[in-house]
Amino acid sequence: MAENISFQKVTTEYYDVLKELGNIGAGNATTALAQMLQAKVDMKVPQVRLLDFKDVGEVMGGEEQMVVGIYLAVEGDITGSIMFVLEQHAARDLVSRLMGMPPSEGEFNEMEISAMKEIGNIITGAYLNSIATMTNLKILPSVPDLSVDMLNAILSVPAIEFGIVGDQILLIQTVFTDDVDLNGYFILMPDLESYSKMLGALGINI
Amino acid sequence: MANIVKVGMADLNVCKSPDGITTLGLGSCVGICIRDPIAKVGGLAHAMLPDSTQIENNSNRFKFADTGIEDLVKKLIAMGGNKARFEAKIAGGAQMFAFQNKSDMVRVGERNVEASKRKLRELGIPLKAQDTGLNYGRTIVFYPETGELIIRSAGKPEKII
Repeated sequence: MAENISFQKVTTEYYDVLKELGNIGAGNATTALAQMLQAKVDMKVPQVRLLDFKDVGEVMGGEEQMVVGIYLAVEGDITGSIMFVLEQHAARDLVSRLMGMPPSEGEFNEMEISAMKEIGNIITGAYLNSIATMTNLKILPSVPDLSVDMLNAILSVPAIEFGIVGDQILLIQTVFTDDVDLNGYFILMPDLESYSKMLGALGINI
Repeated sequence: MANIVKVGMADLNVCKSPDGITTLGLGSCVGICIRDPIAKVGGLAHAMLPDSTQIENNSNRFKFADTGIEDLVKKLIAMGGNKARFEAKIAGGAQMFAFQNKSDMVRVGERNVEASKRKLRELGIPLKAQDTGLNYGRTIVFYPETGELIIRSAGKPEKII
């Protein structure tokens, strides 16, 4: 029963399932990224990290590291949101590859921001698609919203969402290599009922 | 040399002058700084959510503005502070993304700020200054010696309130 499960139980007992979802989702995102950039992209095995809130700054080079956060709402059979976070210089590199221009300096201009939203769309879309295929659930992402700021400020948004139900945040670290050198984090934030729906669709009853 | 005590998300701590206390990259969370200017003790709470009574899972008191402030005040009294002399400054509570879809997330930054002010008022602690809202992150450093709160944001000049 949805109302009886706690987030803690979900995250500890079904860690492996979440990891597998993360793995396949990130694999799909890798393919999408390679197609988009017309480049060779490989992926290291994603790491699922469950962090206490006070430790979120441990990832990605510290609390004040400048990052790009791409945030989408998810509707359909499951509801919630998804965020993809990557370092600012990696985002800059991706955008310059996509647009065939040298990397810019200073603040992103409008064109770069919309290119980055498109990248976010494609990466998170590929990710959600694989979850939808595996679970046979309808997952509809919203248009992406983007923010460039310090890591902790960006992560405060998903952390607060996790904070409503628990005391830890679950990050899926994905490292893209080869032609692209990118360290990114997927943060999947389904509502509590959606967790059990997703796991139920995979044949795991909780 | 003064030390700077670091406070993480959903955490709080205290320090004695000349030391300062900091939290890095406040987004929608709110940082509540309280000091006793005579005893020269101060502290900082980094709260994520406004109200512990609205949430079932509320065992982590530092996560909330209301219980976080209560615990910070207790800690400062335990280290020699006098509540009658306490004064506060707050920062943070930004809206990092234009949409935050879930009902719990709507205006959460703003609600964190409102809840902090409400709790301070309830405890009779005057709010001396604030730098809150808008759409960017803030790193803050608080010095109980002077009561100065330094605010650093990406691409913006440093601010002292």
